[in-house]
Amino acid sequence: MDLHELPSTVMRLMNDANAQFHKMPGSAIILRYIKSSYQNDPFRSAIELLLFLFAIRYLLAPKYSTQKTKHVALTEEEIDELVEDWTPEPLVAAPTKLDELENEKRPVIVGPTGPKVKLSNGRTVTNLASYNFYNFLANETLKDKAIATLRTYGVGPCGPPGFYGTQDVHIKTEGDVAAHLGTPACIIYAQSFSTISSVIPSFCKRGDIIVADSSVNFAIRKGIQISRSTVRWYNHNDMEDLERVLQRVTKEQAKKPLTRRFIITEGLFENSGDVVNLPKIIELKLRYKFRLILDETWSYGVLGRTGRGVTESQNVDAREVDMLIGSLCGPLCAAGGFCAGTEEVVEHQRISSASYTYSAALPALLATTASETISMLQEQPEILAGLRENIKSMRAQLDPRSDWVRCTSAVDNPMMILVLKPEVVASKNLNIEDQNQLLQDVVDECVTNSVLITRLKSMPLAIGTNPRDQGWQPQPALKVCVTTGLTKKETEKAGIVIRHAITKVITRRK
Amino acid sequence: MPNRFNINPFATNSPTTPPIDVMNEKKDQTRRPSFTKPNKLASLFGGSPKGRSDWQAAIVAQQQALLNSPSPQQINSSSLSLPTINLTTATGEKMPSEPKTLFQPPTPEEARRLARAHAQFGPLGSQSHRYSSRHTGVEFAEPVEDEPPYYVLLTTYISYLILIVFGHVRDFFGKRLRAAHYQHLAERDGYAPLNSDFDNFYTRRLKMRINDCFSRPTTGVPGRYITLLDRKSDDGNNTFTLQGTTTETLNMSSYNYLGFAQSEGPCADAAEASIKKYGIAMCSPRSEAGTSDLTLEVEDLIANFVRKPAAMVFSMGFVTNATAFPTLVGKGCLMISDELNHSSIRFGARLSGAVVTMFKHNDMKDLERVLREQISQGQPRTHRPWKKILVAVEGLYSMEGTMCNLPALVQLKQKYKYHLFVDEAHSIGALGPQGRGVCDYFGIDPAEIDVLMGTLTKSFGANGGYLAADKHIIDKLRTQNAAMLFAESPAPPVLMQIASSLRVITGDISPGQGEERLQRLAFNSRYLRLGLKRLGFIVYGHDDSPIIPVLLYNPAKMPAFSHEMLRRKISVVVVGYPATPLVSSRARFCVSAAHTKEDLDRMLAACDEIGDVLQLKFSSGVAGGAEPEEWVKDEKSEKPIMPPRWRLEEVLKRGTEDVKNPLM
Repeated sequence: MDLHELPSTVMRLMNDANAQFHKMPGSAIILRYIKSSYQNDPFRSAIELLLFLFAIRYLLAPKYSTQKTKHVALTEEEIDELVEDWTPEPLVAAPTKLDELENEKRPVIVGPTGPKVKLSNGRTVTNLASYNFYNFLANETLKDKAIATLRTYGVGPCGPPGFYGTQDVHIKTEGDVAAHLGTPACIIYAQSFSTISSVIPSFCKRGDIIVADSSVNFAIRKGIQISRSTVRWYNHNDMEDLERVLQRVTKEQAKKPLTRRFIITEGLFENSGDVVNLPKIIELKLRYKFRLILDETWSYGVLGRTGRGVTESQNVDAREVDMLIGSLCGPLCAAGGFCAGTEEVVEHQRISSASYTYSAALPALLATTASETISMLQEQPEILAGLRENIKSMRAQLDPRSDWVRCTSAVDNPMMILVLKPEVVASKNLNIEDQNQLLQDVVDECVTNSVLITRLKSMPLAIGTNPRDQGWQPQPALKVCVTTGLTKKETEKAGIVIRHAITKVITRRK
Repeated sequence: MPNRFNINPFATNSPTTPPIDVMNEKKDQTRRPSFTKPNKLASLFGGSPKGRSDWQAAIVAQQQALLNSPSPQQINSSSLSLPTINLTTATGEKMPSEPKTLFQPPTPEEARRLARAHAQFGPLGSQSHRYSSRHTGVEFAEPVEDEPPYYVLLTTYISYLILIVFGHVRDFFGKRLRAAHYQHLAERDGYAPLNSDFDNFYTRRLKMRINDCFSRPTTGVPGRYITLLDRKSDDGNNTFTLQGTTTETLNMSSYNYLGFAQSEGPCADAAEASIKKYGIAMCSPRSEAGTSDLTLEVEDLIANFVRKPAAMVFSMGFVTNATAFPTLVGKGCLMISDELNHSSIRFGARLSGAVVTMFKHNDMKDLERVLREQISQGQPRTHRPWKKILVAVEGLYSMEGTMCNLPALVQLKQKYKYHLFVDEAHSIGALGPQGRGVCDYFGIDPAEIDVLMGTLTKSFGANGGYLAADKHIIDKLRTQNAAMLFAESPAPPVLMQIASSLRVITGDISPGQGEERLQRLAFNSRYLRLGLKRLGFIVYGHDDSPIIPVLLYNPAKMPAFSHEMLRRKISVVVVGYPATPLVSSRARFCVSAAHTKEDLDRMLAACDEIGDVLQLKFSSGVAGGAEPEEWVKDEKSEKPIMPPRWRLEEVLKRGTEDVKNPLM
């Protein structure tokens, strides 16, 4: 290209560009803007151009964190050296003396579980450790029905409920539980322990508010932990304190946007055996507009005329409880847990409750067993009455009679929690560890006298936490589970053995 | 199905192939090209128009027959004349020493029983339908992930955009005109809504449209076939009503890898005996009175099976992970987790209180980068060294079908001194020549891995999970693990199912049956995967994995695929966002040892048809499925890779043999 052609080429290009620019949609607006902003002031336009370029640069700039990261720049060699130097701790800590003892003393049942079991040491003992309250385990009809289900469905459902793991038996069991409780809907989980830990985070999210009883069980605590909600605790079963907490929360939250609020408590408490004051809680929850998550793991199948739980025994409509969690694995002798509530509550869990969505469904034969035992409770309330007779007999042997322990459980609770009386603890100057040791000795003494009972397990401490920050722990206690598999006489006899064992062990200690 | 076997003109070839030749071919890889030539000639003849139309007629007849009766309702005597069928092992007869009974003309009752057994576990069609998978070679190659053309990605994004726009428009009018339906999303009577409107949008407006593809209720055994309860929705999948009828479908959805979902056979017999002997449940946590001799026996069996000194069992797989991590790591510890790890691992990690970081799925370079960074920088803020680092991976990823790169993980472990946790939820039983999981597959000593976790739901047809590790670790966990202390213990029939299925796999009960199951699973997995690749589908994952995800991309193809499959009486799982990345919606097939080659042929035929209708054949050939003559050329020259689009009959014809070569 020659030099003299250059001006004309440039002119032509300019013209073309100009024409193209005018063809562009919105070009008139840009021109008008430039014209009006120029105002015979090139300096002003230059600044605007600079601002414009800065904006572009800012938009295109890579993202950076506003937080200061204390990243130490290291060379590859230095990193290699650090890697070489680093010595990790072993995966698990060395076992403590208590751990070894526990592994050694854990009872192993040989053969079937029932009111009388054979232990691996060859001794046949009276079993007051299983939650086999109604001795459904010995029921031959249940076994036959379970076998019939096994022969139709196999054992496992081989898939999560969302992917072809929902079987007609699960739908039936859900219906049976809902009908028993009188709630509109129900959802079955494959394991009772994981039910509440998964129900809580499926409803309670970050920013929501949970008001919980201070002595709720381990599974609830884990559910609360994973939900990341704000937690307020109230003193165990203290309704006045609950009201204070609710008032305070309502006041604090008055100016903030409305969040979901929950009260979480248990029906019968796993760690102390006492019963919740449900009518009062319902009243408070309605007044302060909280939802209630009630863990009936230990009360469903136990309390009430037909085993419907706290709602039946305290004459509360189960529909007043927003989420009612229960277990099918203890007294019902099947497996799994459930959450009953409205359709909305149940359907929400089907897609957002982790241990339902991401876990295999309940084996069919266990689901049908649960259906059967529920209908047995409904049709034969005398089974429950029989259990209560036995509870009375056992209690008579222990609570007022023993000088050393008292029973914190509710009168109708077949799971009797026996704690050392405060004066005993004070006079013998017993710390938590001593108490655990003492009670373990009582358990051992009972086994020597052919009665199998257990000790309440303390909640495992998270790794790396200081024992000072461990939070609430249940008071060490003995756990005695009454069953109708034993006659009144046998129950009394076992009660005497336990009482004598307690006396023997505690008097032995100086 | 045996009667289809005779219609298929090509199928007669496979049983006549002497197994010796198969072995030779497998060993002698260099001979492969010479082998392929006669096959190619045969394919030329096979591909003549006449032969083809005959063949297609046969396929159509086959499909029609299947539609009429999907399960082998009538077993004709011709099916019993097959030379190598070994029904004794396949059905799990109580007395394997009496195989003669199977060859007698069956009484109607016997035929029904057999049909029932075969609906749960199909008989082996030919000895050539077996294979044993293990990792060979030096480097464990990452699977090649094929990519679809850009217009597919574009239309996928546009589809989501349209769905979202429509959703918002419907919400806009719905909230004004039908306020009652939206009550649950609004503040009501001083209560905040249980679901936030925003969080709920995806479920309400996108998932709801295809809800009929999920949670289909079933009945009976989820074996080779699964019986669905027919249901109908009159309100846009909001609620369903059961129709009272059932449909028996080929089960490509259950995690029944080794086909132990059976209501008959040695496992079910043992489970029945255990109910009689032990009762239905234990009614107590493990640490109180829930440990029986059976529990300990199962723990020993598992420990021996996975070749670890000790093991413990749990009644739920999810809880196994959820409670395991808090007992292993905590404050001051670091957990490095694969980004695609299962929800239960995340649940456990969150409970543990340890710092959790992630690395890119299966990317060992990224893991090393994270390790170097974390070890050199120490804990955030304080810069003190980490107390310990736990790397958690899965053996086999349930949505991707990929395996973890165990050799590299073990190598890195030696250098970086981390603890390794492998979740074998899907891989135990399903991988390795002896079914012992990823360690078995890679030939790695399980002692190299600190904790092996697995579930008993999948391969063993039971329920629950296990942890296996050194004895001192398990002993410690027994005292600290929350599920051990508070959760119900596994029920005796479930434990017995685990024990008996483990014994079948190791050959202690019904010798030969376990091996057959393992080899059939390996064969079936590779056969279906190879077939799908050759048909032109984009398939993710490693060749030996029994999880076969077929990519669908467009969201609307999820329900379409599921419905088309259901119309052909096949049940499949479709998954989309949020379980997968937004663009890569997929259908997932889970292969089982209970499937016969005919079942898989039926599956391939169905995929072929649906793939044409829905335009799913996008593969570019980089991930395999090429024509045999290209196998050699690719290594030398830079010949462009041809997208594989095999005809169905070719796929079926060559599949059995080619499965035993690397799936190119």
